[in-house]
Amino acid sequence: MSVLVIAEHDNAQLKGATLNVIAAATKIDADVHVLVAGQGAQAAADEAAKAVGVTKVLLADGDSLGNALAENVAEQVLAVADGYSHILFPATVSGKNVAPRVAAKLDVAQVSEITAVVSPDTFERPIYAGNAIATVQSQDAKKVLTVRTTAFDAVAAQGGSAAVETLTVVGDSGKSSFVGRELAKSDRPELAGANVVVSGGRGIGSAENFKILEPLADKLGAALGASRAAVDAGFAPNDWQVGQTGKIVAPQLYVAVGISGAIQHLAGMKDSKVIVAINKDEEAPIFGVSDYGLVADLFEAVPELQKSL
Amino acid sequence: MKVLVPVKRVVDYNVKVRVKSDQTGVDIANVKMSMNPFDEIAVEEATRLKEKGTVTEIVAVSCGVAQCQETLRTAMAIGADRGVLVQTDEELQPLAVAKILKALADKEQPELIILGKQAIDDDANQTGQMLAALLGWPQATFASKVEIGDGKATVTREVDGGLETLSLTLPAIVTTDLRLNEPRYVTLPNIMKAKKKQLDTVSPADLGVDAAPRLKTLKVSEPPSRSAGIKVPDVSALVDKLKNEAKVV
Repeated sequence: MSVLVIAEHDNAQLKGATLNVIAAATKIDADVHVLVAGQGAQAAADEAAKAVGVTKVLLADGDSLGNALAENVAEQVLAVADGYSHILFPATVSGKNVAPRVAAKLDVAQVSEITAVVSPDTFERPIYAGNAIATVQSQDAKKVLTVRTTAFDAVAAQGGSAAVETLTVVGDSGKSSFVGRELAKSDRPELAGANVVVSGGRGIGSAENFKILEPLADKLGAALGASRAAVDAGFAPNDWQVGQTGKIVAPQLYVAVGISGAIQHLAGMKDSKVIVAINKDEEAPIFGVSDYGLVADLFEAVPELQKSL
Repeated sequence: MKVLVPVKRVVDYNVKVRVKSDQTGVDIANVKMSMNPFDEIAVEEATRLKEKGTVTEIVAVSCGVAQCQETLRTAMAIGADRGVLVQTDEELQPLAVAKILKALADKEQPELIILGKQAIDDDANQTGQMLAALLGWPQATFASKVEIGDGKATVTREVDGGLETLSLTLPAIVTTDLRLNEPRYVTLPNIMKAKKKQLDTVSPADLGVDAAPRLKTLKVSEPPSRSAGIKVPDVSALVDKLKNEAKVV
């Protein structure tokens, strides 16, 4: 049977995470459909149709889906669930919000944050903040999965030509409503998908000092990240947090500045290709995972690094 | 109104777990156990709502082995009024826990259920959403602010890229994110008082729930370890390595 991928999008554009989930889906079955549930989301559906590996796009476009309320999106997914053996969501905030709701209504277990497809019913997933990898087999007829996007290489965004089919939109549940949204504005690449990430920790000292990372990030075309300590201390906004409870990243280059390297932080970045640590404490656990460690005062090393790149 | 707060006993977050050599799981014998950190935040939030006068009773629930009583006592020391232990030695997965909690919610009739967003052992992040689905209630996950009034909960959520605010019709489910609050330290007098609070024990069967696991764990292995890195003496050596050895800049 076919595999259904629930697209991550902001109504106007398909998010890159969707392409990683499609890649995971193609490892399960060749017939991959993508559901775009939103409002005014035709453009996102057209983009999904061009992704390599997609055989059909389902577009559910209506008022009830505009703000991706879990109650409505889950109903929309359930409306088409019958035809699919697997339903895959990205393990993003929105995917994690909806997937378990769908699984419970189908009375099936959900497998969270899969990092590998062993077979159509067997998957690998990290547990204990990434300190162990569990291989789990689903006993359910239908599999509901969320996919850790950094574990799968994205399919090409161009080259496919799937048909877009329009669905009847489910009504509003009436149980929840959207009040407002406050999104942080940033010209830098999105943290979860960035090739290079420069992150600061408690060692940075203040929100003002965090600016020291900006020229370096700009030079590297990097996204800015932060440890929980830095976020809790108010040095950086919440959505910059990298770790077990923040974002999971796996860039080509991760530069950890003034970050000690607690288990919970490592859970979010230890799959990065190359890790650089700059810390004045040579005993800091971050040096246990870094490829290149520099024991130095970050206030001298960071500007110097930026100049010599 | 009544609030239900499910709490889970997990390996303490400071413990670095080891995978068993036979790959059947992680070794949790003789390891320090604590209340899941997100659940502490849930109990704290319920307690603060009670202190504001919005909530009249807080019922803490834990599912699992007999030792989960300790976790419930901690919840009662923070502020829960009574505890319910759904005792079983079998492995419980999120769907089973959600079904148990649904059965309890049907019995207790709370207007609000506050859960942690995820447990730090299985890292599933499912139970709250599943419970909301089974009860047919609205949900607000990853909450960083909760306000109750007029039969509604107004909840600010941490989403990718910022914050969003939802309004839910009660009864509803909220799952906590880290920044919702800072849980209080439990004091000795409160620990003593908690010992006198009511704690009921039931079994999944008493609640009519089939808690059999649906996912079979075939093996648990060590994550691939990173090859040992090197320390560089200065910035120019670092730049040289990044350019010529790692070729990432």
